[in-house]
Amino acid sequence: MSAVKFTKDHEWVSLDGDTATVGITAYAQEQLGDVVFVEMPEAGKTVSQGDEAGVVESVKAASEVYAPVSGEVVEANPELEDNPALVNQDPLAGGWFFRLRLSNAGELDGLMDEAAYKAYIEELD
Amino acid sequence: MSEKTTFTSHRGLELREDLIFEIGARDRSGVDLAPLRGVRDRLGGITREVVDLPGLAEPEVMRHYVRLSQKNHAIDMGLYPLGSCTMKHNPRLNEKMARLPGFADIHPLQPASTVQGALRLMDELAHWLKTLTGMPEVALSPKAGAHGELCGMMAIRAAIKARGEIQRRMRVLVPESAHGTNPATAALLGFSVDEIPASDDGRVDLEAFRDKLGDDVAAIMLTNPNTCGLFERDIIAIADAVHEAGGYFYCDGANFNAIVGRVRPGDLGIDAMHINLHKTFSTPHGGGGPGAGPTVLSERLAAFAPLPRVVAGKSGLELVEHGDQTEGGPFGRMVAFHGQMGMFVRALAYMMSHGADGLRQVADDAVLNANYILAELNGTMTAPYLGPCMHEALFDDAFLKDTGIETLDFAKAMIDEGYHPMTMYFPLVVHGAMLIEPTETESKASLDLFIATLRDLVASAKAGDTERFTTAPQLAPTKRLDETRAARQLVLRYRSTEKKQVRAAE
Repeated sequence: MSAVKFTKDHEWVSLDGDTATVGITAYAQEQLGDVVFVEMPEAGKTVSQGDEAGVVESVKAASEVYAPVSGEVVEANPELEDNPALVNQDPLAGGWFFRLRLSNAGELDGLMDEAAYKAYIEELD
Repeated sequence: MSEKTTFTSHRGLELREDLIFEIGARDRSGVDLAPLRGVRDRLGGITREVVDLPGLAEPEVMRHYVRLSQKNHAIDMGLYPLGSCTMKHNPRLNEKMARLPGFADIHPLQPASTVQGALRLMDELAHWLKTLTGMPEVALSPKAGAHGELCGMMAIRAAIKARGEIQRRMRVLVPESAHGTNPATAALLGFSVDEIPASDDGRVDLEAFRDKLGDDVAAIMLTNPNTCGLFERDIIAIADAVHEAGGYFYCDGANFNAIVGRVRPGDLGIDAMHINLHKTFSTPHGGGGPGAGPTVLSERLAAFAPLPRVVAGKSGLELVEHGDQTEGGPFGRMVAFHGQMGMFVRALAYMMSHGADGLRQVADDAVLNANYILAELNGTMTAPYLGPCMHEALFDDAFLKDTGIETLDFAKAMIDEGYHPMTMYFPLVVHGAMLIEPTETESKASLDLFIATLRDLVASAKAGDTERFTTAPQLAPTKRLDETRAARQLVLRYRSTEKKQVRAAE
């Protein structure tokens, strides 16, 4: 598995072959507070970078989840339907949202690495 | 905090009350109905099994609901600063008028000749709404703010369809700070929603807005004053730009109470706007509803207004119930009858008892009260945007930084002090938002006590008394609720395990 990349919308992407796994960051889940509902894209759906791909709803607000890169949705995390708390407990692993088959791997180059993302959220605080 | 317990679980005059299913029983009833004899039912042999409703005697029912009502907060009990909701006093004169038999005891299916007074009232209300907004047409029938939005956007869609552009003109621009109902309305009608970013001063970023315009834009949906409590000062430039691009201007009129009598939306280039009678015009809501959302339409949209319409006929006023279905005419109808008649009576009573000058003062006083709060509390709390504000004062959670207390905790502590919390975490563009709308019907003494209370809370927060917040409310009939669990494991229906067992044994 290659290094994890981050977006300004506080999502992470990790690549395994041509499959990208997408979730939201620890910072994002902390800002959202307790996640109570997650709506995810269906397998087979094609999304372009920046498209709305799902919704994450917490006790505070409902927010869109965007596709950080373009591709076809391969699967959504089946665990989240019954246990949305996973997003809070384990945002970077067990709380993943969906997997994409990449259509343009070059898009990953435009995203932040961990150090850049860390600097980005420090600036926000 | 030690708490005195009682044998009954009542707490003095605050009486404990169980669910109605738990206090009722099937063998008790407030009504005695004689058993049916010699009546043949015509229901095709359908037999009724047990209807699992609790039986209670009349005094038990009365006590149940009175006790429940005492566990709640209401505008008739205290200040209700729920931002964006305009929880102002509902004058009793409105109620008196709504109970006049000529308004209260009529039916929508009565012949028009027997309800001329009611039709006259609808016509008069329409006249006031059109005059106050500077718009030529109004649809009275929408039954809530979001329903009014739907009405306005349906008129816009009908106009675009009549122009033959429905295939390509399907994008709606919505600012980040919009009420959630705006994008929801657009999406319901099949439009795609495109967000406009906010500028640093909490308003629409005019340049970003202009960049998003194109010949596929159907409309912009903008709230003015916006949900940050700020007047969109570029509104005329926004109207001109969207019209130039061939689109329409929908204004969310939820905050019309801040400008009523001062600004006519028609003069700003607005094409459609709903008016919450239950906000600006003091009809009850928040448990006492229903709402009502008449929608005013500009010259460009007037022909598409839904039915019914009140018009002057040969022998008095008539309701036009049917229109030709050709394109370019009314887009249809939204409700079975005429809208919320009871609210029409209350709203007109409010308008006529205040007069045009009185309504202007309503806006002035609402804005003055909000600015008083903003001025008195900024510094203690933190306001993300420079004032002056309009009818509501917006704060963020910067003043709670490093206290371990969040906006939610702060709001809960207000309950212990006898206040309904302000609107929290909305608008989304502000971190940990607290939106306070005092309305014009609070006195200076009432505002001063509220301000002093919030200052006291902030002082506690800064002094490290986190318990006052994180365990609040302590003094409410129900203590801190587990909102997360309630949302994750939503139970919408009462189920008695005990009763099920009884039935199984029967």
